[in-house]
Amino acid sequence: MKTFKGRPVLAGRVKGQSVVSRQGVNLLASFQKSALKKAKTVICSDHNNKDLFGKVLTGKILCLPQSIGSTTGGLVLEAATYLGIHPSALLFSGHIDSLAAAGVILSDRWVNKRIVTVDDLGKDFLDYVQDGQTIEVHEDGTVIVD
Amino acid sequence: MIQTHMSLEAQDREILEGRKGQTLQKVLESVVLYGEAFGAQRLVPLDGPVHLVTSFGIPLLRPVFDMMDEFIENGIAAKFPFTVDPRPLDYENVKCNLLEKFVFRIMYGKQKDYESQLKRVGLKDENAFSCTCYMDEVGNIPAPGDRLAWAESSAVVFANSVLGARTNRNSGIIELFCGILGKAPLFGLLTEEGRQASWLVDVKTQSLPHPQVLGSAIGMRVVEEVPYIRGLDRFLGPELTPTVRDYFKEMGAAAASNGAVGLFHVENVTPEAKKSGAALLAQNANSYVIDDKELERVVASYPMMWKKSDARPKLGFVGCPHLSLPQLEQWTDRIQKTLEKEGRKKLKVRSIFCAAPDVVARFKKNPSVHQALIRTGAKLTSICPLMYMNNPICSKKTVVTNSNKLRTYTTARFYPDEELLTLLAKGR
Repeated sequence: MKTFKGRPVLAGRVKGQSVVSRQGVNLLASFQKSALKKAKTVICSDHNNKDLFGKVLTGKILCLPQSIGSTTGGLVLEAATYLGIHPSALLFSGHIDSLAAAGVILSDRWVNKRIVTVDDLGKDFLDYVQDGQTIEVHEDGTVIVD
Repeated sequence: MIQTHMSLEAQDREILEGRKGQTLQKVLESVVLYGEAFGAQRLVPLDGPVHLVTSFGIPLLRPVFDMMDEFIENGIAAKFPFTVDPRPLDYENVKCNLLEKFVFRIMYGKQKDYESQLKRVGLKDENAFSCTCYMDEVGNIPAPGDRLAWAESSAVVFANSVLGARTNRNSGIIELFCGILGKAPLFGLLTEEGRQASWLVDVKTQSLPHPQVLGSAIGMRVVEEVPYIRGLDRFLGPELTPTVRDYFKEMGAAAASNGAVGLFHVENVTPEAKKSGAALLAQNANSYVIDDKELERVVASYPMMWKKSDARPKLGFVGCPHLSLPQLEQWTDRIQKTLEKEGRKKLKVRSIFCAAPDVVARFKKNPSVHQALIRTGAKLTSICPLMYMNNPICSKKTVVTNSNKLRTYTTARFYPDEELLTLLAKGR
């Protein structure tokens, strides 16, 4: 078990299973296929992301360095939240980027659903965390990886 | 009401306290929270119109349509008339079979309603649908130093790097919120500090690289940081000619989609690099050398998305991002020469060339060149090829392109221009 401390961008308490990307996550490419099909679960459709491609993102605690790609990214995340197929938390090793920030804020203020978001967890966090681990996120940005 | 450490003007305080209505309050709350995530201390006024990324009426975007209705009901609109990304469909020039039309009718079932909403919240005009809003013909052209709040990654990187304007890589809807408020949070690429380069990219290729391969390599390596690119002026010269601007348009689009680049400096060429030179490089900047071998490695890393790698292409797209007028003229000439070389009159593969509606209109004013293109069998449209391809039917088609952006988001296969031309002409 290891504990990390980050900055809560959108604070909250959540416990769940991790899914990890060591490279930037393209939100549009990852979510679009499942969201367009109105699937009940998002399966990452970004063929350029070897870490996430084909994996379930819905309800997971998504651990990533940052999001990348099209500026529709935030909107796609908001749409996923509206459909209830969003990740339960986003944990960033570095500083949150503008697309992911927009996505979680739009979800929070306009859909009234919170994706708990913590950034600045440090490179060690992403080196340590693996797919399928149990993670606990606390209000103050403390992240406990089982 | 949210609590904020941001220093706000009295009128913004009133909005935040809900005294101008709940909708405007939510708009400002979102922008303030967004700014605070990046340490913004205040909002600054915008100097020009916003550019929106969300141009498509996909029912999936229900929260956006509801939000637009809320704006319209409350008489809320953008401060300046704005431009928006391309429309997704054009049945006249990008023909579809019955099944495709059926799918598109469902997929873009809200297109008409959404365009009506866009008009009511401040869309510039009927032709304002392009990812290259900064073209002379389209007219959303910022001046150097202008503070903006744009979305559309390829437009953002062009405005920052080539035009010397200042905008963050805003997500869809946040840019509209900023347009409504006439303000954006001050952080990142709006600040001097945020425009410093943290990567020195040394281009050591033997010849001018394909812009969308070079951009792809840069984007994959620097991700969202700012690169200072050395060695390109050997091939491009020091002036921002229309050809050089087009090169940077292509390079930036790839860097922004294969990574998240919002600004690049090119030594001796782009405005800020000309003015400040290597002083733009931050201390302890990372270094990345790009030679021909590295570009080959990058291209070889692209995944093959076709079921049969030796399948013949059914469709070709050129113009992601949209082509400029000189590019349309150059492609017309290149296609004619390729067909002549191959002893053919028409392209074998259905080939679609994309440009802004106003650019297409101007291209058509030169009937001899326009007709020359049409005679080759090529089609001219103003759609977004990415939006066209993002459905289960079109994604199964064997589509070829010279756009690394289109390759990233779809099953389209990337080819450099010369190879693409031969493929389009011969069909293999």
